[in-house]
Amino acid sequence: MAEMINVALPKGRLGEKVYDIFEKAGYDCPAIREENRKLTFENREAGVRYFWVKPSDVAIYVERGAADIGVAGKDILREYEPDIYEILDMNVGKCRMCVAGPADFKDNYAKTLKVATKFPNIAKKYYSEKSRRIDIIKLNGSIELAPILGLSDVIVDIVETGTTLRENGLTPLETITDISARLIANKASYKFKNREIRRLCESLEKLVAERE
Amino acid sequence: MISLRKEENVTYELSNLYKSYGYSYYKMSNFEEYDLYAKNRNFLESSRIITFNDLNGKLMALKPDVTLSIIKNTKDDEKMKKIYYTEHVYRVPHNGDGFKEIMQTGLECIGDIDTYSIGEVISLAAQSLAAISDRYILDISHLGITMGVIRSLDDEVQEKLLGKISEKNAHGIRRVCERYEVPDETRDLLLNLISVYEPLDTGLERIREINLPDESRKAAEELKELAGILEAWGIKDRIYIDFSIVNDMDYYNGIFFKGFIDGIADGILSGGQYDNLMDRMGKKNGAVGFAVYLDQLEELDGPLMGFDADVLIKYDENSDMNTVISTARKYTKAGNTVRVQQDGDIYCQKVLFVDGMEVKEIG
Repeated sequence: MAEMINVALPKGRLGEKVYDIFEKAGYDCPAIREENRKLTFENREAGVRYFWVKPSDVAIYVERGAADIGVAGKDILREYEPDIYEILDMNVGKCRMCVAGPADFKDNYAKTLKVATKFPNIAKKYYSEKSRRIDIIKLNGSIELAPILGLSDVIVDIVETGTTLRENGLTPLETITDISARLIANKASYKFKNREIRRLCESLEKLVAERE
Repeated sequence: MISLRKEENVTYELSNLYKSYGYSYYKMSNFEEYDLYAKNRNFLESSRIITFNDLNGKLMALKPDVTLSIIKNTKDDEKMKKIYYTEHVYRVPHNGDGFKEIMQTGLECIGDIDTYSIGEVISLAAQSLAAISDRYILDISHLGITMGVIRSLDDEVQEKLLGKISEKNAHGIRRVCERYEVPDETRDLLLNLISVYEPLDTGLERIREINLPDESRKAAEELKELAGILEAWGIKDRIYIDFSIVNDMDYYNGIFFKGFIDGIADGILSGGQYDNLMDRMGKKNGAVGFAVYLDQLEELDGPLMGFDADVLIKYDENSDMNTVISTARKYTKAGNTVRVQQDGDIYCQKVLFVDGMEVKEIG
Protein backbone atom coordinates (compact mmCIF):
# COMPACT_ATOMS: atom_id res chain seq x y z
CA MET A 1 0.00 0.00 0.00
CA ALA A 2 1.13 3.51 -0.72
CA GLU A 3 2.25 5.48 2.30
CA MET A 4 0.14 8.22 3.87
CA ILE A 5 1.27 11.77 3.31
CA ASN A 6 0.95 14.14 6.26
CA VAL A 7 -0.10 17.59 5.10
CA ALA A 8 0.11 20.68 7.28
CA LEU A 9 -2.39 23.33 6.18
CA PRO A 10 -2.46 26.90 7.47
CA LYS A 11 -5.56 27.62 9.56
CA GLY A 12 -7.79 30.32 8.13
CA ARG A 13 -8.89 31.68 4.78
CA LEU A 14 -5.75 30.78 2.89
CA GLY A 15 -5.86 27.21 4.22
CA GLU A 16 -9.43 26.77 3.00
CA LYS A 17 -8.53 28.05 -0.44
CA VAL A 18 -5.59 25.70 -0.57
CA TYR A 19 -7.67 22.75 0.59
CA ASP A 20 -10.09 23.43 -2.29
CA ILE A 21 -7.20 22.90 -4.70
CA PHE A 22 -6.13 19.68 -2.95
CA GLU A 23 -9.74 18.47 -3.11
CA LYS A 24 -10.02 19.18 -6.82
CA ALA A 25 -6.73 17.36 -7.37
CA GLY A 26 -8.32 14.21 -5.92
CA TYR A 27 -7.04 14.45 -2.37
CA ASP A 28 -10.38 15.14 -0.76
CA CYS A 29 -11.31 14.49 2.83
CA PRO A 30 -15.00 15.33 3.36
CA ALA A 31 -14.77 15.29 7.17
CA ILE A 32 -12.72 18.45 6.99
CA ARG A 33 -15.81 20.45 5.93
CA GLU A 34 -17.72 19.54 9.07
CA GLU A 35 -17.89 22.22 11.71
CA ASN A 36 -15.93 20.91 14.66
CA ARG A 37 -12.76 21.43 16.61
CA LYS A 38 -10.89 18.41 15.36
CA LEU A 39 -7.41 19.20 14.11
CA THR A 40 -6.58 16.11 12.07
CA PHE A 41 -8.50 14.49 9.21
CA GLU A 42 -7.58 11.58 7.02
CA ASN A 43 -8.65 9.85 3.85
CA ARG A 44 -6.96 6.47 3.74
CA GLU A 45 -7.92 5.78 0.14
CA ALA A 46 -6.42 8.99 -1.15
CA GLY A 47 -3.45 8.46 1.18
CA VAL A 48 -3.55 11.85 2.89
CA ARG A 49 -3.81 13.06 6.44
CA TYR A 50 -4.46 16.78 6.91
CA PHE A 51 -3.95 18.87 9.96
CA TRP A 52 -4.60 22.52 10.65
CA VAL A 53 -1.81 24.50 12.25
CA LYS A 54 -1.08 28.16 12.79
CA PRO A 55 0.16 29.57 9.45
CA SER A 56 3.50 30.63 10.89
CA ASP A 57 4.05 27.12 12.26
CA VAL A 58 3.61 25.20 8.98
CA ALA A 59 7.29 25.55 8.06
CA ILE A 60 8.34 24.25 11.48
CA TYR A 61 6.12 21.15 11.19
CA VAL A 62 7.54 20.42 7.76
CA GLU A 63 11.18 21.18 8.56
CA ARG A 64 11.08 18.85 11.55
CA GLY A 65 9.28 16.12 9.63
CA ALA A 66 6.04 16.07 11.66
CA ALA A 67 4.38 16.90 8.34
CA ASP A 68 5.74 15.58 5.04
CA ILE A 69 4.45 18.52 3.08
CA GLY A 70 2.64 21.75 3.84
CA VAL A 71 1.54 25.06 2.44
CA ALA A 72 3.17 28.22 3.72
CA GLY A 73 3.30 31.82 2.61
CA LYS A 74 6.56 32.99 1.07
CA ASP A 75 6.68 35.63 3.84
CA ILE A 76 7.09 32.89 6.45
CA LEU A 77 9.67 31.07 4.32
CA ARG A 78 11.70 34.24 3.84
CA GLU A 79 11.52 35.06 7.53
CA TYR A 80 12.50 31.67 8.97
CA GLU A 81 14.50 30.27 6.04
CA PRO A 82 13.62 26.67 6.93
CA ASP A 83 15.69 23.86 5.41
CA ILE A 84 13.00 22.42 3.14
CA TYR A 85 12.18 21.91 -0.54
CA GLU A 86 9.95 24.58 -2.05
CA ILE A 87 8.36 22.51 -4.77
CA LEU A 88 5.45 24.55 -6.10
CA ASP A 89 4.15 28.10 -6.24
CA MET A 90 0.42 27.61 -5.57
CA ASN A 91 -0.32 31.08 -6.87
CA VAL A 92 -2.94 31.78 -4.22
CA GLY A 93 -2.83 34.15 -1.26
CA LYS A 94 -1.00 36.68 -3.39
CA CYS A 95 0.22 39.87 -1.76
CA ARG A 96 3.38 41.93 -1.35
CA MET A 97 5.92 42.46 1.39
CA CYS A 98 6.29 46.24 1.56
CA VAL A 99 7.93 49.07 3.36
CA ALA A 100 5.10 51.44 4.27
CA GLY A 101 4.96 54.81 5.97
CA PRO A 102 3.31 58.22 5.84
CA ALA A 103 2.80 59.32 2.21
CA ASP A 104 5.11 62.30 2.66
CA PHE A 105 7.86 60.19 4.24
CA LYS A 106 11.40 61.11 3.27
CA ASP A 107 14.27 59.04 4.55
CA ASN A 108 16.84 60.98 6.54
CA TYR A 109 20.18 59.18 6.28
CA ALA A 110 21.62 61.19 9.16
CA LYS A 111 19.44 59.20 11.52
CA THR A 112 18.92 55.53 12.29
CA LEU A 113 15.73 54.40 10.60
CA LYS A 114 13.24 52.91 13.05
CA VAL A 115 11.40 49.96 11.47
CA ALA A 116 8.45 48.22 13.13
CA THR A 117 7.65 44.74 11.81
CA LYS A 118 6.49 41.21 12.41
CA PHE A 119 9.30 40.08 10.11
CA PRO A 120 12.61 41.19 11.65
CA ASN A 121 14.81 38.93 9.52
CA ILE A 122 13.32 40.05 6.22
CA ALA A 123 13.60 43.70 7.28
CA LYS A 124 17.17 43.29 8.50
CA LYS A 125 18.27 41.61 5.29
CA TYR A 126 16.53 44.13 3.05
CA TYR A 127 18.12 47.12 4.73
CA SER A 128 21.54 45.55 5.13
CA GLU A 129 21.63 44.99 1.36
CA LYS A 130 20.96 48.72 1.02
CA SER A 131 23.57 49.45 3.72
CA ARG A 132 20.97 51.41 5.68
CA ARG A 133 21.42 51.51 9.45
CA ILE A 134 18.15 50.56 11.15
CA ASP A 135 16.63 49.87 14.52
CA ILE A 136 14.20 46.94 14.42
CA ILE A 137 11.11 47.06 16.59
CA LYS A 138 9.53 43.61 16.66
CA LEU A 139 5.76 43.73 17.07
CA ASN A 140 3.19 40.96 16.92
CA GLY A 141 0.20 42.83 15.51
CA SER A 142 -1.36 46.22 14.69
CA ILE A 143 1.89 47.20 13.02
CA GLU A 144 0.17 50.20 11.36
CA LEU A 145 -0.09 51.87 14.73
CA ALA A 146 3.67 52.22 15.14
CA PRO A 147 4.32 55.15 12.75
CA ILE A 148 1.13 56.91 13.89
CA LEU A 149 2.32 56.99 17.47
CA GLY A 150 5.91 57.73 16.49
CA LEU A 151 7.12 54.35 17.70
CA SER A 152 8.76 53.84 14.31
CA ASP A 153 9.46 55.77 11.09
CA VAL A 154 8.23 53.04 8.75
CA ILE A 155 6.85 49.51 8.89
CA VAL A 156 7.68 46.36 6.96
CA ASP A 157 4.53 44.33 6.50
CA ILE A 158 2.32 42.37 4.14
CA VAL A 159 0.09 44.46 1.90
CA GLU A 160 -2.86 42.83 0.19
CA THR A 161 -5.19 45.61 -0.96
CA GLY A 162 -3.66 48.48 0.97
CA THR A 163 -6.97 49.35 2.61
CA THR A 164 -5.73 49.00 6.20
CA LEU A 165 -2.74 51.16 5.36
CA ARG A 166 -4.85 53.82 3.71
CA GLU A 167 -7.34 53.97 6.55
CA ASN A 168 -4.44 54.68 8.87
CA GLY A 169 -2.91 57.34 6.68
CA LEU A 170 -0.06 55.16 5.44
CA THR A 171 1.02 54.20 1.96
CA PRO A 172 3.28 51.51 0.48
CA LEU A 173 6.71 53.05 -0.24
CA GLU A 174 8.81 50.17 -1.59
CA THR A 175 8.06 46.56 -2.51
CA ILE A 176 10.50 44.08 -0.97
CA THR A 177 9.13 40.94 -2.56
CA ASP A 178 5.98 39.37 -3.98
CA ILE A 179 4.31 36.82 -1.76
CA SER A 180 2.17 33.78 -2.52
CA ALA A 181 1.51 30.39 -0.96
CA ARG A 182 4.11 27.71 -1.65
CA LEU A 183 3.95 23.94 -1.40
CA ILE A 184 6.90 22.85 0.70
CA ALA A 185 8.27 19.38 1.47
CA ASN A 186 10.44 17.92 4.18
CA LYS A 187 13.75 16.88 2.63
CA ALA A 188 13.81 13.36 4.08
CA SER A 189 10.10 12.72 3.37
CA TYR A 190 10.66 13.79 -0.22
CA LYS A 191 13.07 10.87 -0.52
CA PHE A 192 11.22 8.18 1.40
CA LYS A 193 7.75 9.05 0.05
CA ASN A 194 9.03 10.30 -3.28
CA ARG A 195 6.46 8.70 -5.57
CA GLU A 196 3.47 9.85 -3.50
CA ILE A 197 4.72 13.40 -3.05
CA ARG A 198 5.66 13.81 -6.69
CA ARG A 199 2.29 12.52 -7.83
CA LEU A 200 0.48 14.93 -5.52
CA CYS A 201 2.66 17.81 -6.63
CA GLU A 202 2.03 17.07 -10.30
CA SER A 203 -1.76 16.96 -9.83
CA LEU A 204 -1.66 20.28 -8.00
CA GLU A 205 0.63 21.80 -10.60
CA LYS A 206 -1.85 21.00 -13.35
CA LEU A 207 -4.69 22.70 -11.49
CA VAL A 208 -2.58 25.72 -10.63
CA ALA A 209 -1.60 26.10 -14.29
CA GLU A 210 -5.26 25.87 -15.35
CA ARG A 211 -6.30 28.59 -12.92
CA GLU A 212 -3.89 31.06 -14.45
CA MET B 1 17.64 -5.99 29.76
CA ILE B 2 20.61 -3.69 29.77
CA SER B 3 20.82 -2.00 26.41
CA LEU B 4 23.00 0.76 25.12
CA ARG B 5 21.42 3.84 23.68
CA LYS B 6 21.32 3.87 19.89
CA GLU B 7 24.01 6.55 19.84
CA GLU B 8 26.44 4.45 21.93
CA ASN B 9 25.79 1.31 19.90
CA VAL B 10 26.24 3.00 16.57
CA THR B 11 29.43 4.79 17.63
CA TYR B 12 30.96 1.44 18.55
CA GLU B 13 29.81 -0.27 15.37
CA LEU B 14 31.03 2.51 13.12
CA SER B 15 34.49 2.59 14.73
CA ASN B 16 34.85 -1.11 14.03
CA LEU B 17 33.68 -0.66 10.47
CA TYR B 18 36.19 2.11 9.73
CA LYS B 19 39.01 0.21 11.45
CA SER B 20 38.28 -2.88 9.37
CA TYR B 21 39.08 -0.90 6.20
CA GLY B 22 42.36 0.37 7.59
CA TYR B 23 41.29 3.80 8.81
CA SER B 24 43.19 4.73 11.96
CA TYR B 25 41.72 6.51 14.95
CA TYR B 26 42.51 10.18 15.22
CA LYS B 27 42.09 12.02 18.52
CA MET B 28 42.27 15.77 18.63
CA SER B 29 42.19 18.55 21.18
CA ASN B 30 38.90 20.17 22.07
CA PHE B 31 40.40 23.60 21.44
CA GLU B 32 41.88 25.17 18.38
CA GLU B 33 43.19 28.64 17.66
CA TYR B 34 40.31 30.87 16.63
CA ASP B 35 42.28 32.04 13.61
CA LEU B 36 41.79 28.71 11.84
CA TYR B 37 38.01 29.19 11.80
CA ALA B 38 38.06 32.92 11.17
CA LYS B 39 39.92 32.29 7.92
CA ASN B 40 37.46 29.65 6.76
CA ARG B 41 34.25 31.03 8.13
CA ASN B 42 32.15 30.08 5.12
CA PHE B 43 33.18 26.46 5.37
CA LEU B 44 31.48 26.18 8.75
CA GLU B 45 27.79 25.42 8.93
CA SER B 46 27.26 28.16 11.45
CA SER B 47 29.61 31.09 11.88
CA ARG B 48 28.96 31.30 15.63
CA ILE B 49 31.87 29.97 17.66
CA ILE B 50 32.53 29.72 21.39
CA THR B 51 35.78 31.55 22.09
CA PHE B 52 37.94 32.17 25.13
CA ASN B 53 41.41 33.52 25.93
CA ASP B 54 44.18 31.07 26.67
CA LEU B 55 46.66 31.83 29.46
CA ASN B 56 49.03 33.51 26.99
CA GLY B 57 46.26 35.75 25.72
CA LYS B 58 45.70 33.85 22.50
CA LEU B 59 42.11 33.67 21.29
CA MET B 60 41.01 30.05 21.29
CA ALA B 61 37.83 28.32 20.15
CA LEU B 62 35.90 25.23 21.11
CA LYS B 63 36.04 23.39 17.82
CA PRO B 64 32.90 23.80 15.69
CA ASP B 65 34.29 21.43 13.07
CA VAL B 66 36.72 18.54 12.80
CA THR B 67 37.81 18.54 9.16
CA LEU B 68 39.71 21.84 9.36
CA SER B 69 41.82 20.56 12.28
CA ILE B 70 42.64 17.39 10.41
CA ILE B 71 43.71 19.22 7.27
CA LYS B 72 45.82 21.62 9.31
CA ASN B 73 47.74 18.65 10.67
CA THR B 74 48.23 16.95 7.32
CA LYS B 75 51.60 16.99 5.66
CA ASP B 76 51.97 16.96 1.91
CA ASP B 77 54.65 14.24 1.97
CA GLU B 78 52.19 11.62 3.18
CA LYS B 79 51.14 9.52 0.22
CA MET B 80 47.79 8.50 1.62
CA LYS B 81 46.23 9.17 4.98
CA LYS B 82 43.09 7.36 6.09
CA ILE B 83 41.69 8.32 9.45
CA TYR B 84 38.46 8.29 11.41
CA TYR B 85 37.36 10.25 14.45
CA THR B 86 34.58 10.52 17.02
CA GLU B 87 34.44 14.00 18.47
CA HIS B 88 32.20 16.59 20.03
CA VAL B 89 31.75 19.81 18.12
CA TYR B 90 30.06 22.99 19.31
CA ARG B 91 27.80 24.93 17.01
CA VAL B 92 24.45 26.65 16.72
CA PRO B 93 22.13 24.42 14.68
CA HIS B 94 20.11 25.89 11.82
CA ASN B 95 17.33 27.98 13.38
CA GLY B 96 18.55 26.91 16.81
CA ASP B 97 18.53 29.33 19.69
CA GLY B 98 21.84 28.44 21.32
CA PHE B 99 25.02 26.42 21.21
CA LYS B 100 24.73 22.67 21.16
CA GLU B 101 27.26 19.96 21.81
CA ILE B 102 27.02 17.65 18.84
CA MET B 103 28.53 14.19 18.67
CA GLN B 104 30.04 13.58 15.29
CA THR B 105 31.89 10.64 13.84
CA GLY B 106 33.42 10.49 10.42
CA LEU B 107 36.38 9.70 8.27
CA GLU B 108 38.74 11.44 5.90
CA CYS B 109 40.82 10.03 3.10
CA ILE B 110 43.58 12.45 2.12
CA GLY B 111 46.19 12.00 -0.59
CA ASP B 112 46.12 10.91 -4.22
CA ILE B 113 42.37 10.56 -4.58
CA ASP B 114 41.18 8.35 -7.42
CA THR B 115 37.85 6.80 -8.29
CA TYR B 116 38.56 3.81 -6.05
CA SER B 117 39.14 6.03 -2.97
CA ILE B 118 35.94 7.97 -3.60
CA GLY B 119 34.02 4.74 -4.13
CA GLU B 120 35.41 3.26 -0.92
CA VAL B 121 34.44 6.34 1.09
CA ILE B 122 30.93 6.33 -0.37
CA SER B 123 30.56 2.64 0.32
CA LEU B 124 31.63 3.20 3.93
CA ALA B 125 29.08 6.01 4.11
CA ALA B 126 26.39 3.62 2.88
CA GLN B 127 27.51 0.94 5.35
CA SER B 128 27.41 3.53 8.15
CA LEU B 129 23.80 4.32 7.28
CA ALA B 130 22.97 0.60 7.08
CA ALA B 131 24.39 0.18 10.60
CA ILE B 132 21.80 2.69 11.81
CA SER B 133 18.75 1.49 9.88
CA ASP B 134 17.72 -0.62 6.87
CA ARG B 135 15.62 2.26 5.63
CA TYR B 136 18.33 4.53 4.32
CA ILE B 137 19.03 6.48 1.17
CA LEU B 138 22.29 8.01 0.02
CA ASP B 139 21.91 10.95 -2.38
CA ILE B 140 24.80 11.72 -4.65
CA SER B 141 25.64 14.58 -6.94
CA HIS B 142 28.60 15.79 -8.93
CA LEU B 143 29.06 19.51 -8.33
CA GLY B 144 30.83 19.80 -11.67
CA ILE B 145 27.59 19.01 -13.48
CA THR B 146 25.68 21.89 -11.88
CA MET B 147 28.62 24.28 -12.01
CA GLY B 148 29.25 23.50 -15.68
CA VAL B 149 25.79 24.85 -16.44
CA ILE B 150 26.04 28.10 -14.44
CA ARG B 151 29.80 28.78 -14.59
CA SER B 152 29.50 31.61 -17.13
CA LEU B 153 27.04 33.61 -14.99
CA ASP B 154 27.91 36.34 -12.47
CA ASP B 155 28.78 35.24 -8.93
CA GLU B 156 25.66 36.89 -7.56
CA VAL B 157 23.37 35.07 -9.99
CA GLN B 158 25.20 31.79 -9.40
CA GLU B 159 24.65 32.10 -5.68
CA LYS B 160 20.96 32.90 -6.12
CA LEU B 161 20.48 29.96 -8.47
CA LEU B 162 22.32 27.52 -6.19
CA GLY B 163 19.94 28.56 -3.40
CA LYS B 164 16.92 27.75 -5.56
CA ILE B 165 18.49 24.50 -6.75
CA SER B 166 18.91 23.35 -3.15
CA GLU B 167 15.18 23.99 -2.62
CA LYS B 168 14.19 22.15 -5.84
CA ASN B 169 12.43 25.43 -6.47
CA ALA B 170 11.46 25.43 -10.16
CA HIS B 171 9.36 28.61 -10.04
CA GLY B 172 12.19 30.32 -8.15
CA ILE B 173 14.71 29.38 -10.85
CA ARG B 174 12.37 30.73 -13.53
CA ARG B 175 12.04 34.01 -11.67
CA VAL B 176 15.78 34.46 -11.08
CA CYS B 177 16.53 33.65 -14.74
CA GLU B 178 13.96 36.17 -15.89
CA ARG B 179 15.26 38.90 -13.61
CA TYR B 180 18.93 38.45 -14.50
CA GLU B 181 18.34 37.67 -18.16
CA VAL B 182 19.84 34.21 -18.01
CA PRO B 183 19.63 32.46 -21.41
CA ASP B 184 16.63 30.15 -21.85
CA GLU B 185 18.86 27.13 -22.57
CA THR B 186 20.60 27.53 -19.21
CA ARG B 187 17.27 27.85 -17.44
CA ASP B 188 15.86 24.75 -19.08
CA LEU B 189 19.00 22.75 -18.25
CA LEU B 190 18.65 23.72 -14.59
CA LEU B 191 14.94 22.88 -14.51
CA ASN B 192 15.81 19.54 -16.05
CA LEU B 193 18.56 18.85 -13.54
CA ILE B 194 16.49 19.62 -10.43
CA SER B 195 13.71 17.33 -11.63
CA VAL B 196 16.12 14.37 -11.55
CA TYR B 197 15.60 12.16 -8.53
CA GLU B 198 16.33 8.63 -9.62
CA PRO B 199 18.38 5.59 -8.62
CA LEU B 200 21.94 5.72 -9.95
CA ASP B 201 21.31 3.79 -13.18
CA THR B 202 18.16 5.53 -14.37
CA GLY B 203 19.58 8.82 -13.14
CA LEU B 204 22.69 8.44 -15.31
CA GLU B 205 20.41 7.55 -18.18
CA ARG B 206 18.43 10.76 -17.70
CA ILE B 207 21.59 12.85 -17.51
CA ARG B 208 22.78 11.38 -20.78
CA GLU B 209 19.58 12.57 -22.46
CA ILE B 210 20.14 16.14 -21.29
CA ASN B 211 22.21 18.23 -23.64
CA LEU B 212 24.88 19.41 -21.20
CA PRO B 213 27.89 21.71 -21.77
CA ASP B 214 31.36 20.12 -21.94
CA GLU B 215 32.37 20.71 -18.32
CA SER B 216 29.16 19.07 -17.10
CA ARG B 217 29.56 16.22 -19.54
CA LYS B 218 33.04 15.48 -18.24
CA ALA B 219 31.70 15.47 -14.69
CA ALA B 220 28.89 13.14 -15.75
CA GLU B 221 31.51 10.75 -17.14
CA GLU B 222 33.28 10.75 -13.76
CA LEU B 223 30.00 9.99 -12.07
CA LYS B 224 29.44 7.11 -14.44
CA GLU B 225 32.87 5.68 -13.76
CA LEU B 226 32.15 5.90 -10.04
CA ALA B 227 28.85 4.08 -10.57
CA GLY B 228 30.86 1.08 -11.79
CA ILE B 229 32.80 0.99 -8.52
CA LEU B 230 29.64 1.39 -6.44
CA GLU B 231 28.08 -1.50 -8.29
CA ALA B 232 31.03 -3.69 -7.33
CA TRP B 233 30.45 -2.69 -3.70
CA GLY B 234 26.87 -3.86 -4.07
CA ILE B 235 25.29 -0.59 -2.93
CA LYS B 236 24.20 0.84 -6.26
CA ASP B 237 20.49 0.41 -5.56
CA ARG B 238 20.55 2.53 -2.41
CA ILE B 239 22.09 5.50 -4.15
CA TYR B 240 20.01 8.23 -5.76
CA ILE B 241 21.12 11.04 -8.01
CA ASP B 242 19.92 14.40 -6.70
CA PHE B 243 21.32 17.75 -7.80
CA SER B 244 19.61 19.65 -5.01
CA ILE B 245 22.42 18.68 -2.66
CA VAL B 246 24.81 21.53 -3.24
CA ASN B 247 27.41 23.09 -1.03
CA ASP B 248 29.84 25.97 -0.98
CA MET B 249 31.83 25.64 -4.18
CA ASP B 250 34.77 27.52 -2.66
CA TYR B 251 35.49 24.43 -0.57
CA TYR B 252 33.91 21.46 -2.25
CA ASN B 253 34.30 20.12 -5.75
CA GLY B 254 33.43 16.94 -7.56
CA ILE B 255 31.40 14.26 -5.83
CA PHE B 256 29.12 15.34 -3.00
CA PHE B 257 26.72 13.12 -1.04
CA LYS B 258 24.18 13.19 1.75
CA GLY B 259 22.61 10.35 3.74
CA PHE B 260 19.07 10.11 5.06
CA ILE B 261 17.38 7.70 7.45
CA ASP B 262 13.62 7.20 7.47
CA GLY B 263 12.37 8.73 10.71
CA ILE B 264 15.02 11.43 10.99
CA ALA B 265 13.88 14.71 9.51
CA ASP B 266 17.29 16.05 8.61
CA GLY B 267 20.19 14.56 6.68
CA ILE B 268 22.29 12.52 9.10
CA LEU B 269 25.40 12.09 6.99
CA SER B 270 27.13 14.44 4.66
CA GLY B 271 30.39 14.39 2.78
CA GLY B 272 32.26 14.75 -0.45
CA GLN B 273 35.45 15.81 -2.13
CA TYR B 274 37.01 19.00 -0.79
CA ASP B 275 40.10 19.59 -2.88
CA ASN B 276 39.31 23.31 -3.01
CA LEU B 277 39.49 23.56 0.77
CA MET B 278 42.82 21.70 0.78
CA ASP B 279 44.06 24.15 -1.81
CA ARG B 280 42.93 27.15 0.21
CA MET B 281 44.82 25.80 3.19
CA GLY B 282 47.97 25.41 1.10
CA LYS B 283 47.91 21.63 0.72
CA LYS B 284 48.59 19.92 -2.56
CA ASN B 285 46.71 16.68 -1.94
CA GLY B 286 43.11 15.87 -2.72
CA ALA B 287 40.67 14.76 -0.07
CA VAL B 288 37.33 13.08 0.40
CA GLY B 289 35.44 12.30 3.59
CA PHE B 290 32.17 12.41 5.45
CA ALA B 291 30.67 13.00 8.88
CA VAL B 292 27.75 11.32 10.65
CA TYR B 293 25.76 13.50 13.07
CA LEU B 294 25.10 11.09 15.88
CA ASP B 295 23.06 13.44 18.06
CA GLN B 296 20.17 13.00 15.62
CA LEU B 297 19.90 9.32 16.48
CA GLU B 298 17.95 10.38 19.56
CA GLU B 299 14.97 10.72 17.24
CA LEU B 300 15.09 6.97 16.61
CA ASP B 301 15.19 6.00 20.30
CA GLY B 302 11.41 6.20 20.45
CA PRO B 303 9.36 7.51 23.34
CA LEU B 304 11.02 7.81 26.73
CA MET B 305 11.21 4.39 28.37
CA GLY B 306 8.92 3.57 31.24
CA PHE B 307 11.30 1.72 33.57
CA ASP B 308 14.03 3.07 35.83
CA ALA B 309 15.18 -0.50 36.43
CA ASP B 310 13.82 -4.01 35.97
CA VAL B 311 13.96 -4.97 39.63
CA LEU B 312 13.77 -2.91 42.81
CA ILE B 313 15.30 -4.58 45.89
CA LYS B 314 14.24 -2.99 49.17
CA TYR B 315 15.72 -3.60 52.58
CA ASP B 316 15.46 -2.28 56.14
CA GLU B 317 17.67 -2.28 59.24
CA ASN B 318 16.87 -5.97 59.94
CA SER B 319 17.77 -7.15 56.44
CA ASP B 320 20.77 -9.40 56.01
CA MET B 321 23.23 -7.51 53.79
CA ASN B 322 24.70 -10.72 52.35
CA THR B 323 21.26 -11.71 51.10
CA VAL B 324 20.65 -8.24 49.67
CA ILE B 325 23.92 -8.27 47.77
CA SER B 326 23.64 -11.86 46.55
CA THR B 327 20.10 -11.19 45.32
CA ALA B 328 21.25 -8.08 43.45
CA ARG B 329 24.10 -10.00 41.86
CA LYS B 330 21.82 -12.89 40.92
CA TYR B 331 19.48 -10.57 39.00
CA THR B 332 22.17 -8.53 37.27
CA LYS B 333 23.89 -11.74 36.18
CA ALA B 334 20.63 -12.80 34.54
CA GLY B 335 20.74 -9.61 32.51
CA ASN B 336 18.32 -7.48 34.56
CA THR B 337 18.93 -3.97 35.77
CA VAL B 338 18.64 -3.68 39.52
CA ARG B 339 18.08 -0.80 41.91
CA VAL B 340 18.84 -1.39 45.59
CA GLN B 341 17.51 1.13 48.10
CA GLN B 342 15.83 1.38 51.49
CA ASP B 343 12.82 3.54 50.71
CA GLY B 344 11.04 5.12 47.84
CA ASP B 345 9.46 3.75 44.71
CA ILE B 346 10.68 3.68 41.14
CA TYR B 347 9.22 2.49 37.86
CA CYS B 348 10.10 -1.20 37.67
CA GLN B 349 8.67 -4.58 36.81
CA LYS B 350 9.31 -6.36 40.07
CA VAL B 351 9.73 -5.25 43.69
CA LEU B 352 11.56 -7.49 46.19
CA PHE B 353 11.94 -7.00 49.92
CA VAL B 354 14.70 -8.64 51.91
CA ASP B 355 13.10 -9.56 55.24
CA GLY B 356 15.97 -10.76 57.45
CA MET B 357 17.48 -13.47 55.29
CA GLU B 358 14.34 -14.09 53.29
CA VAL B 359 13.58 -12.55 49.89
CA LYS B 360 9.88 -11.71 49.37
CA GLU B 361 8.24 -10.44 46.24
CA ILE B 362 5.98 -7.56 47.22
CA GLY B 363 4.59 -6.26 43.95
